[in-house]
Amino acid sequence: MTTATVSRWDRFRESFFWYSFKRDKVAILSFVVLLLMVLAAVFAPMLAPADPYDLAQIDIMNSELPPAGLDGADPAFPLGTDAQGRDLLSTILYGTRVSLMIGFGAVLLQSILGVLFGLMAGYLGGKVDAVLMRIADVQLSFSTLMVAIIVGAVFKASFGNLMFGEIAIYMLIFIIGVAEWPQIARTVRASVLAEKKKEYVDAAKVMGFGTPRIMFRHILPNTLSPIFVIGTVQIANAIISEAALSFLGLGMPETQPSLGSLIKSGFDFIQSGSWWITLIPGLVLVVLVLVINLLGDWLRDVMNPRLYKG
Amino acid sequence: MALLEVKNLDVRFAVRGGDLTALRGISFSLDKGERLGLVGESGAGKSVAAFSILNLIAKPGYIAGGQILFEGKDLAAMSERELRKIRGNRIAMIFQDPMMTLNPVLTIGTQMVEAILAHRKISKKEARAIALDRLQKVQIPSPEKRLDQYPHELSGGMRQRVIIAIALLLDPEVIIADEPTTALDVTIQAEIMDLLLNLCEQENVALMLITHDLGVVSQVTQRMLVMYSGRIIEQGPTRDIIDNAQHPYTVGLISALPQMGEPGARLFQIPGSMPSLKNVPTGCPFHPRCDYATDQCRQAMPDYVHAGNVDVACFEVSKRMEQEKHMQEERS
Repeated sequence: MTTATVSRWDRFRESFFWYSFKRDKVAILSFVVLLLMVLAAVFAPMLAPADPYDLAQIDIMNSELPPAGLDGADPAFPLGTDAQGRDLLSTILYGTRVSLMIGFGAVLLQSILGVLFGLMAGYLGGKVDAVLMRIADVQLSFSTLMVAIIVGAVFKASFGNLMFGEIAIYMLIFIIGVAEWPQIARTVRASVLAEKKKEYVDAAKVMGFGTPRIMFRHILPNTLSPIFVIGTVQIANAIISEAALSFLGLGMPETQPSLGSLIKSGFDFIQSGSWWITLIPGLVLVVLVLVINLLGDWLRDVMNPRLYKG
Repeated sequence: MALLEVKNLDVRFAVRGGDLTALRGISFSLDKGERLGLVGESGAGKSVAAFSILNLIAKPGYIAGGQILFEGKDLAAMSERELRKIRGNRIAMIFQDPMMTLNPVLTIGTQMVEAILAHRKISKKEARAIALDRLQKVQIPSPEKRLDQYPHELSGGMRQRVIIAIALLLDPEVIIADEPTTALDVTIQAEIMDLLLNLCEQENVALMLITHDLGVVSQVTQRMLVMYSGRIIEQGPTRDIIDNAQHPYTVGLISALPQMGEPGARLFQIPGSMPSLKNVPTGCPFHPRCDYATDQCRQAMPDYVHAGNVDVACFEVSKRMEQEKHMQEERS
């Protein structure tokens, strides 16, 4: 088994993928930054000096302390505190975790729906294609935010604020995932239409394989590159959508803040001089989305054979 | 009973403005271990015939009539489930372009093992052993290594060997080879053709070879069919047809072979081109290009006549035969 993994690793190191990654400074930098942020988010419970979810650790007397280096800063809170006296560094670490979870979760759901429906529409064609693509068109004609606001309001009203806090993260994954699946479905469908005319599909039919096997085992792997590209960009989009919803008060509650709800919670105090509560999580959000988008751009260049620049 | 018998097969394509007939009542048979050539220009319906045999004609095409009897059972009337048991298992197919026929993202081994497991209930290990055995049979250098390679790591000739190995995986009775060497360069063409011929002889597999290369047909096959515009216009033993072609079209095809002419002489060509399916001429479809065309040819479709061992559909040939008969009678 070791030989197989070694050869796979060697294969990866000889690949165009790795070669172009090594030469692209922007891609390396973006990847390193993203990796650090993901690691920080994953290990937030170990890294964070305080647990922002634990009300017992919060002292309201510590509220609105500025970040280190400014007048009145407390060395225990390197990035200052928010209006409730929570350590901002810990809250941002936990908030990045929530934002990333929603981003990846929503894209996972989008991809499952998008790949399934896109494959079916593209490969089966005819009526299945017409019905699925019209559903996608209708879905796309509503803005994601509008759907999310309506669904979010309904959820909030029917579950009450306390219960809502517990399910908010799943609800956001669900809303953003369901609202954006047509993006992936359309991409998949387009590549399936191109792939299914190729001879290897005929060859698979001639070998006596059934339709599901041809769809998932033979065509799907050949359509993965555009899914990776669009999936990466969609993670950034999902994080922004979540931040926007939270900023509007329809996303994560302030007791389990995401980056968006942190920005919002600080926004009320920006006039009174406590700019850091909004600005620092805002910067983190911008950097997070930027590096994901830069990586997505790089992936698109690498995985699209028509864009090879020699 | 013949292993595979096609009777009056009609294949049409439903397009806007009515049906286009791609195959018009073709009939032929293939015995166990026999090698049959199917020749004709592009657009004659050779590939359509191949796909129809497996009942895999893609929409908007459909089988409008006729039977495809494989061991006495009609493939045209079979359910998809039953058909899947035959495809790849009893009847295998080899395509033209080895660059396109293998799935680019799966290793050779994965593709071969998958093909076996789709038809046999055996372990992956056993399937891998069969795959290895077939790769050895097609004389690929270092076959163990190939199993873990991707198609793009192999040369064109090697890929076609892999494809032949895949066709042989499940010991099929029939292999349909649709222009198996067209995409390869000339030296490799001969190697691959020899390999295919030897393997079919060794394993007693019937081969249906679709090609436009009359040279290959004359070397490899025992019987041949000549197709024109969706019809079989001449069929019989390969030697008889090559040495003494009857139908004016077959005569034209044979004299169009480059090696038939004198050095430096202009190559012979049949004037005009194959009619498109949208406006097939009335009567014999070849009449606009035929030197012997008469009013009868323009109006009616000729029936098959026996000329020696060969079946030909041509009025000119039947007329000639009657004249000969007369002359013989007068002499005696």
